[in-house]
Amino acid sequence: MEHIRTPKVENVRLIDRTAPRKAMVGTLYLSATHTIFVENNPETRRETWVLHSMVASVERPPTTPSGSHLVVHTKNFQVVQLLIPQERDAMDVQASLARLSQKYSELYCLSINPNANKEEREESWSFLDLQADYRRMGVPNNLWVSTPANSEYRVCDTYPSELFVPKSATPPVIVGSSKFRSRGRLPVLTYFHQDTLAAICRCSQPLSGFSARSQEDEQMLEAIMKSNPGSDYIYVVDTRPKLNAMANRAAGKGYENEDHYANIKLQFIGIENIHVMRNSQQKISWLVNLKTPSMGDFLWGLESSGWLKHIKAVLDAGVFIAKAVAEEGISVVVHCSDGWDRTAQACSVASVLLEPYYRTMKGLMLLIERDWVSFGHKFSHRYNHLEGDPKEVSPVIDQFLECVWQLSEQFPCAFEFNERFLVQLHRHVYSCQYGNFLGNSQKERRDMGLRERTHSLWPQLWKDRAQYANPLYRADHTQTQGMLRPNTTPYCFKMWKGMYNRMEKSSPPRQTPTDLLTAVREETQQLEEELTNHQEVAPGGTAQPGTKQGIQTRSRNAPNERCSLRPIYKFINISL
Amino acid sequence: MEFAELIKTPRVDGVVLRRPFLPTVEGTLCLTGHHLILSSRQDNTEELWLLHANIDAIEKRFVGSLGTIIVKCKDLRVIQLDIPGMEECLNIASSIEVLSTLDSVSLMYPLFYRPMFQVIEDGWKSFLPEDAFKDLESMTEEWRLSDVNKDYSVCSSYPPLVAVPKDVDDDTLRKAAAFRHGGRFPVLSYYHKKNGMVMMRSGQPLTGTNGRRCKEDEKLINATLRAGKRGYIIDTRTVSVAQQAKARGGGFESEANYPQWRRIHKAIERSSILQESLIKLVEACNDQSHSMDRWLSKLEASNWQTHVKEILTSACLAAQCIDREGASVLVHGTEGTDSTLQVTSLAQIILDPACRTIQGFQALVEREWLQAGHPFQQRCSQSAYSNSKPRCEAPVFLLFLDCVWQILRQFPCSFQFSQHFLVLLFEHTYASQFGTFMGNSASERSKLNLSQKTVSLWSWVNRPQEVERLSNPLYEANCLVIWPSVAPQSLLLWEGVFLRWKRSSRCLDEAYDEMVHIIQYNKELQNKVNNLRRQLAQLETEEPLLQTP
Repeated sequence: MEHIRTPKVENVRLIDRTAPRKAMVGTLYLSATHTIFVENNPETRRETWVLHSMVASVERPPTTPSGSHLVVHTKNFQVVQLLIPQERDAMDVQASLARLSQKYSELYCLSINPNANKEEREESWSFLDLQADYRRMGVPNNLWVSTPANSEYRVCDTYPSELFVPKSATPPVIVGSSKFRSRGRLPVLTYFHQDTLAAICRCSQPLSGFSARSQEDEQMLEAIMKSNPGSDYIYVVDTRPKLNAMANRAAGKGYENEDHYANIKLQFIGIENIHVMRNSQQKISWLVNLKTPSMGDFLWGLESSGWLKHIKAVLDAGVFIAKAVAEEGISVVVHCSDGWDRTAQACSVASVLLEPYYRTMKGLMLLIERDWVSFGHKFSHRYNHLEGDPKEVSPVIDQFLECVWQLSEQFPCAFEFNERFLVQLHRHVYSCQYGNFLGNSQKERRDMGLRERTHSLWPQLWKDRAQYANPLYRADHTQTQGMLRPNTTPYCFKMWKGMYNRMEKSSPPRQTPTDLLTAVREETQQLEEELTNHQEVAPGGTAQPGTKQGIQTRSRNAPNERCSLRPIYKFINISL
Repeated sequence: MEFAELIKTPRVDGVVLRRPFLPTVEGTLCLTGHHLILSSRQDNTEELWLLHANIDAIEKRFVGSLGTIIVKCKDLRVIQLDIPGMEECLNIASSIEVLSTLDSVSLMYPLFYRPMFQVIEDGWKSFLPEDAFKDLESMTEEWRLSDVNKDYSVCSSYPPLVAVPKDVDDDTLRKAAAFRHGGRFPVLSYYHKKNGMVMMRSGQPLTGTNGRRCKEDEKLINATLRAGKRGYIIDTRTVSVAQQAKARGGGFESEANYPQWRRIHKAIERSSILQESLIKLVEACNDQSHSMDRWLSKLEASNWQTHVKEILTSACLAAQCIDREGASVLVHGTEGTDSTLQVTSLAQIILDPACRTIQGFQALVEREWLQAGHPFQQRCSQSAYSNSKPRCEAPVFLLFLDCVWQILRQFPCSFQFSQHFLVLLFEHTYASQFGTFMGNSASERSKLNLSQKTVSLWSWVNRPQEVERLSNPLYEANCLVIWPSVAPQSLLLWEGVFLRWKRSSRCLDEAYDEMVHIIQYNKELQNKVNNLRRQLAQLETEEPLLQTP
């Protein structure tokens, strides 16, 4: 608590940026975990909560006669503007927030429910079972087997301990291949397509330089090809721009030489590196914070940010892989430099395209758990959980989530979840409210003992699944079946307003078809129940007292008051 | 002139038709006076019936003796016809060129079209000014219907009946008309029931360089103000454009002569610029390069979205003056037949829930566009592909529809109609079998006697099956004023028109069907449950014993 200099400031104004004159007056509290603003108005007493770990920056523009402004930018693109009467208080709040938002010891996940029941916590961590998902894909089988090579993280400390490799890959091949790959990230299975027997494998770049080669690594790729009976080549997808890949050769890294590896077809995709992506997203968030941009400013800004171009590149990578696997029946080995950013994006987008299961809530959770969490995507570095190297920060998973959103715009019936689910996932990647995304690898999380000290996000999301459901989703709908073939012409991409521009107010409140349809479906369900009740009663013509009671309560909701059942216009406290 | 003279080759066999999203069809091509028809002569294959009037431009190509005609339509569709035989191909192409650009109104298809459906309600009589005025009379007594323009002599682009302040006599109107561009003196456009404020529209005042004034004009518009209240004049042109208009005899209301009015200038572009914008936008949508940078920069350079934003912003301003400021508003630009109507009609969509119903929207189009003298025939004779030099063509009405679509997208439950209705109107303004959008004013339509000689689009639209098709399943009537966001990120490209033939809408259509299904099923259940509730209630009254178990 030593970081909180001023726990409470009174007469603070919370300024609505769209209507500056309509500020709320209230009290600002700093707790160990949140900044909380409580409105004075005794009737509404609206509360605004901002989690410290979500704070990206706190600006303090020059003091004005009416007081000192504080502008809090959160990591999920929301902006809270406060007016504090005393400059002294404003400085204290700013200093406190700067510390609080960076302190590991105070990370929310470690302080939430410390006394909660142990079984409950353990159960939360067993909610998802990655091995069961591999079994669902049909792995292990007579082509792909589990290898103990990485138990205790011996060959690769950023990989999961359980790995699947071709049956014919011997331990020397595994170890040899791992030595020839950046950070030991050897080619292993991530997705197996049961219909075509083609696989998606992932790894990091080979340490090929200008001339180096490794027999074991060549054998490994050969083994991957042979694990797909009937195919006589594999694709090696290097997700980097070719120029970047070539530049890496000077550093003793690079890409596979097609003369050394028999039967591979090398394909460059051209997804830019984390630094380009970081700058690009900064431009987008700057763009949405412009006060009154003209259409020209906006479209120019959108173009010059390059953001949609990058989203398209990631989606195109996924489409290439998915088509190779499902249509050509050819296995694909995917890598970038280290194989934990662009590779994770490309593989997980391909999985979403290929497999209806990954378009369900639980499926997407499993996919993130597999391609991102277990394969060592560096969450703590990328999402700046702790004070770290700002050059390591990059919106890598943001882009994956956005690709899923772009797909859901093209295929509105194909996803079990709605936009809110993706926004919520994004929030938790940054919030550190749960232990799932702390650390940079499975090994780090194990060493930190996170399963003993924190809770898992997944069962919590599952519990609230009603609010994340897409009302248009039906498991038996044609869009739900088989592979998605999105159109990636530039005009098919839109700016994700629900992510970057969520705070916009509207009068009357924005109507969303999703909320409305969800409410209609809920009501339909109630009607179905009531109908069953009635039908049980009607034939005999004798109503039982109990049933009758139930009917009387419900009949208050006469059909012409359908609105009353709909929770859409209800706005409760905003939690950021 | 006989059509037969224009058709050198009326029939060609073995023609192959390629069009977006549909399988290739081989069949016989026929040219009639008004249609290009392709029939495979198989029962289950769809035929092509294309109105010549819908053809914006054609291109021909030859490979050996196989000719290809690319037909570019005003609804932005592009189709391809492969025609064996060079001579046939050339004949067909030249016939299409002539038939699609016939200038003579008397040869237009609506005059030949006989409806294949039963006209239940004659659309020509659905929205008469006297009926609209009855609604107004029920709300206020401050207005009267004047027939000063009954023979179109005061203003050729106004209808015979217009609503004006009760205290202003016809003589004053005549004098005010002489002071306004095209004789378009200020008339009532909208009465805001909530606070009694009004919106009027007119042409620009003819002040000229020496600052002419007209007492009658001042009297006319001041008559709409409440004592001590100021009104707003929204000039849809920038200050500099309005200044320049003085040199050509036009101008704007000066503070000195209109002290009770505050003038605000907006910047809606003139028609030639809008047409250019449409051409650039459609070209951007047809770009094959697949480069995101190129797409976004072409989209920006077209300025289409800028126009949408500008028009919506002006409409919001007018609505704000009326609803929030409690002031009356006069809207005009130069002629008062284009940007003025965009603003007045969109402001009504924002303010008046009635305009968001299917009938109400038709009434709005009839009142604020057709009766108000928007020159549809001039504006819509060419679309985005035409090679000929544009004369008066401009997508003024299409921009209005685009703006309505933007509001509809932001408030998906507030409109009784879906975007299908807007797309249908877009199509029929450019090529139609109905007479509704023929001519440039009420006077022209009356001279052509269209109400007798043609069928009204409204007769078609208001049949139950069409109403059903155009309905928005999410609609729930509300009586609110709806304020659209005009922030750039809130305004999207209207895919339903501009990408309609570019990307398959199958998945979106399926989603729409799913939505309809969810809502219909809900309604069915409600009916069933209500029936049972009623039966149960009856049983309870018949058998009172059951109530006390």
